Amino acid sequence: MKGRRAAALLVVAGWSGTVGGSACGGPPAPGGSLTVVSWGGSYERAVTEAYIRPFAEAHEVAVGIESYNGGLAQVRSQVEVGRVHWDVVDLEAFDALRGCEEGLLEPIPPDFLPPGPDGTPASEDFAEGAISECGVGNVFYSTIYAYNDRLIQGEKPATIEDFFDLERFPGRRGMRRSPLVNLEFALMADGVARDEVYAVLDTPEGRDRAFRKLGTIREQVVWWEAGAQPPQMLADGEVVMSTAYNGRIFNAQALESQPFVIVWDGQLLDFGQKAIVAGTPNLENALEFVRFATSAESTARVSGYIAYGPVRASGLPLVSTHVETGVDMLPHLPTAPENERLSLRMDTAWWTDHLDEMNERFSAWLARSP
Amino acid sequence: MPETVPHVVFRGVSKTFDGVTNVVADLDLEVGKGEFVTFLGPSGSGKTTCLNMLAGFVAVSSGTILVHGRSVEQVPPRKRGIGMVFQNYALFPHLTVAGNLSFPLEVRGVGEARRKKLVARALEQVRLQGFEDRRPSRLSGGQQQRVAIARALVFEPDLVLMDEPLGALDRRLREELQYEIRGLQRRLGITCIYVTHDQQEAMVLSDRVAVFRAGRLEQVDTPEGLYEEPQRSFVARFVGENNRIPGVVEELDRGLCTVRAGSGRIRALRVVPDAVGQPTTVSIRPERIGFAVAPGSYRNEFSARVEDVTFLGDHLRVTLSVFAKRDMVLTIPNTVGHGGVLPGDEVRIGWAATDCRALDCEDDGP
Amino acid sequence: MRRRLRKPALALPLVAFVLVSFIAPILLMLARGVHQPVVRDALPETLAILDAWDGLGVPEEAAFAAAAEELRAADEARLAARIGGRVNRVRSGLRTVIVAGARTGADGAGAGSARERLLAADPAWGDPATWRALRTAGERFTLRNYLNALDLDRGADGAVVRQPEERRVYVPLLLRTLGVSAAVTVLCLLLGYPVAHVIARAPARRARWLLLAVLVPFWTSLLVRTTAWIVLLQQRGVINDLLVWLGLVDDAARLTLVYNMTGTLIAMTHVLLPFMVLPIYSVMQGIPPRFMRAAESLGATPAQAFRRVYWPLTLPGVGAGALLVFILAIGYYITPALVGGSGGQLFSNMIAFHMETSLNWGLAAALGGILLAVVGALYVLYERTVGGENLRLG
Repeated sequence: MKGRRAAALLVVAGWSGTVGGSACGGPPAPGGSLTVVSWGGSYERAVTEAYIRPFAEAHEVAVGIESYNGGLAQVRSQVEVGRVHWDVVDLEAFDALRGCEEGLLEPIPPDFLPPGPDGTPASEDFAEGAISECGVGNVFYSTIYAYNDRLIQGEKPATIEDFFDLERFPGRRGMRRSPLVNLEFALMADGVARDEVYAVLDTPEGRDRAFRKLGTIREQVVWWEAGAQPPQMLADGEVVMSTAYNGRIFNAQALESQPFVIVWDGQLLDFGQKAIVAGTPNLENALEFVRFATSAESTARVSGYIAYGPVRASGLPLVSTHVETGVDMLPHLPTAPENERLSLRMDTAWWTDHLDEMNERFSAWLARSP
Repeated sequence: MPETVPHVVFRGVSKTFDGVTNVVADLDLEVGKGEFVTFLGPSGSGKTTCLNMLAGFVAVSSGTILVHGRSVEQVPPRKRGIGMVFQNYALFPHLTVAGNLSFPLEVRGVGEARRKKLVARALEQVRLQGFEDRRPSRLSGGQQQRVAIARALVFEPDLVLMDEPLGALDRRLREELQYEIRGLQRRLGITCIYVTHDQQEAMVLSDRVAVFRAGRLEQVDTPEGLYEEPQRSFVARFVGENNRIPGVVEELDRGLCTVRAGSGRIRALRVVPDAVGQPTTVSIRPERIGFAVAPGSYRNEFSARVEDVTFLGDHLRVTLSVFAKRDMVLTIPNTVGHGGVLPGDEVRIGWAATDCRALDCEDDGP
Repeated sequence: MRRRLRKPALALPLVAFVLVSFIAPILLMLARGVHQPVVRDALPETLAILDAWDGLGVPEEAAFAAAAEELRAADEARLAARIGGRVNRVRSGLRTVIVAGARTGADGAGAGSARERLLAADPAWGDPATWRALRTAGERFTLRNYLNALDLDRGADGAVVRQPEERRVYVPLLLRTLGVSAAVTVLCLLLGYPVAHVIARAPARRARWLLLAVLVPFWTSLLVRTTAWIVLLQQRGVINDLLVWLGLVDDAARLTLVYNMTGTLIAMTHVLLPFMVLPIYSVMQGIPPRFMRAAESLGATPAQAFRRVYWPLTLPGVGAGALLVFILAIGYYITPALVGGSGGQLFSNMIAFHMETSLNWGLAAALGGILLAVVGALYVLYERTVGGENLRLG
């Protein structure tokens, strides 16, 4: 949950001595300083290697890295108190929208973003909707479901319908304790075509239908909150299959050799965004960093460390192999053509309009225990 | 009417907590029915442990305790039917006075009407009528102690144990309560065992006093017996004021002996010594020493020098040096003719051989 | 006179500290629950017109004109989306309607009447419900958050009505939270009382070690402890493995000890146990053994002595421990969220959610206010029944 916070400061080559430059009284870095906040864990390691360190070295900026668990609470308190010490923050698309609306984030002019390597202007190179007023998308991640191959004998699940099929695939399921994603999964499993999911969800009948479908498996569901839980629950045999972030499952497969299998059918694509905290004293460096971090090369380099894909069309061809294991990364990315074929893009706008209502309804639904 | 069976018997009772040292060692004692016996001794002498063994809070290591002739080892405290008054009263702070008093009755299943009667009577006995609804914290120390005594008596036990019940009170209140306790015990005809380290209290209250020292009984006797005929120098020292003169036995007769003490020779009652050459302590009460005596009045006569005189109202207290001893104390009744004693005076003192007792040699006396 | 002043003056720094760091934030938070100036400040004219409106039909043209103009201005000040968000809380789905209206007002000057422009932007502008929502969101001082926090709302005619059944969240959750807290308190008491007794009666050296053992959970991060429980309790966890190995439980019928109410109770009881043990221990330590001896010598069986003497004497500690555990349990959310499964959501999870995720601080404040009221009511109840003097917190 929200609570764990780790701070790491990066020492930048080019000038030696104290960590963090001016903060500790040593000689300040020539390019000033910047605090970048990310989601911790393997994702943070990936972005550190992919573009934070290169940026610090190229611009001689002392970059401090902090971790958080998402949400806007800390950003809000910094802005309201008027002591902003976070500069650039990794945000989920919703939070970027809400934060922008609340005036917590700086607007980022779209024409400021770098064009692709072939000269495609940024506005065309980025995936649709990946750039909002205050947020610049940089990474595609996906909620998929995965199963533990060792726990399912015989026929293996292959479609989103199978996740909801307790007869053919008995056993407990892990799902995120949130209406997000689950409603879409439920409708798709109930036979709604991918491109009609949000149209159906927009009607009261459609929402009833989604909750009804969820109700068919709820007794077998173990609800998770943190992204680290699903691989753990799968490994422990607590569940036979679970929804999860694809990068977490890939890491478990690649680094821990877990017998997990990802089912891409019905995967729900969403992107992470970079945003700048309103009122930062390091606005110039922050903008420069966003520009650097959302370049095609930077976004492609991330995929060398974690199975998340670049949001820029020009980034995908630049993806190569996993740095540690040498696995070819492209097939493991949610945006690889054969995977993207099966995907549904999360409708952030629909969810910003309905998240509060759906959360209340979801909580009420959960609380009415069978 | 004396009973054939004593009320309480300690027979060869020992207690050790650590398996090495005996807190109580091989104790034999009988307490008769209706008797008031005081356990007297310095702290750590084992008297409270004995009381707790009798009450059942502490198990006996060896030996037996009999109450009414029956061994009580297997009887839990609540079934021994013994009333107990604790050092700090141990009144239940969450109950009123009446609640404290009815507690022993309620746990015995006494009906409400009878309970009320007994509580009222017990309060009357300790003269606390009208205090029923007070909490203990709203009572003075003396009142709390009265409630504690009433509580120990309310269920009509025939044996009451009191563990230094007056220790926390001031002197005047203590004397008043001593008198009340003694009166109550006589009136109710109960047996009472009382623990104290205050020898005066023991003298006032008791039929008999058992003097404890390091887990052993030094002497069990009436207050007069203890005072007049101490069998051990510890008892002589602990009970009443007393001059102790160390010396060596020079001569032994049937009833008397001669003790050499420095330059002097003392004829004394032979109590402990049984051989010539033994070290001994001669004990003599201050009031038994004659002051400015005519020569030949006493068997023991010495010249002494007055060191100090203290006026104490009804008597004078004179400190003298005589042969080796520099702190011989004697008291003179404040009668006409003794007004002019001054330090530095050379006087003749003397006492009868039967008034001084040759006891054991004190190894750890002051 | 000066001397008399000096003593209270010594406490001033503390009073000031408590005021600034504790009372003021609470008051500010509570104020957020009823004070919502954003929409009213941005759309003063529109709302003035709507204040006079009967709320039934579509409002008059002037309302459209004022709304279009003021929304346009708000959009330029980057406030349109924020207003949309506020209105959306009153009625789901209106965020896009408001934002669309603001954008139209901005570029459509002169192309038809304000009504036509707004209706073209989104047909929902023709729905009286949209305007009612706008009016409700524009109340500077509102009880709406408190109503919502109690699963109530205002109907079209302004009367207080219950939320539709599928949106009644908070009251059932509050009741569940109170139930879980009560159960945890009872479990803590059952487990903690004997432990406190053992420690209070142990020799000093051993008591120190035992106290240390009680306190060890305090030294471990909450997350670590909770995760440890998951490892122990899950279906292929240590306890189930042991039971299966011992043959007490069939391998196919492993016990479900976590991700349900059992898990919540076990983990919360463990986490909160020290808060029960410590006050009881401290009270027990002050009870001299002579009280029990006195009771026994007066004829009480051990059970009677416990019930009539020891238990009443420990009540201040029991009361303090129970109150502490209960109040802490009411506010707990991390542990139940991790090990509680579908029943794991407690009241505070919703507060955290509205603080951190939905950023609906007004509703969070109202929920917090209700929780505060419940805790206050409990304390008053406790004061009335057990008595305040019977409370010893340390």
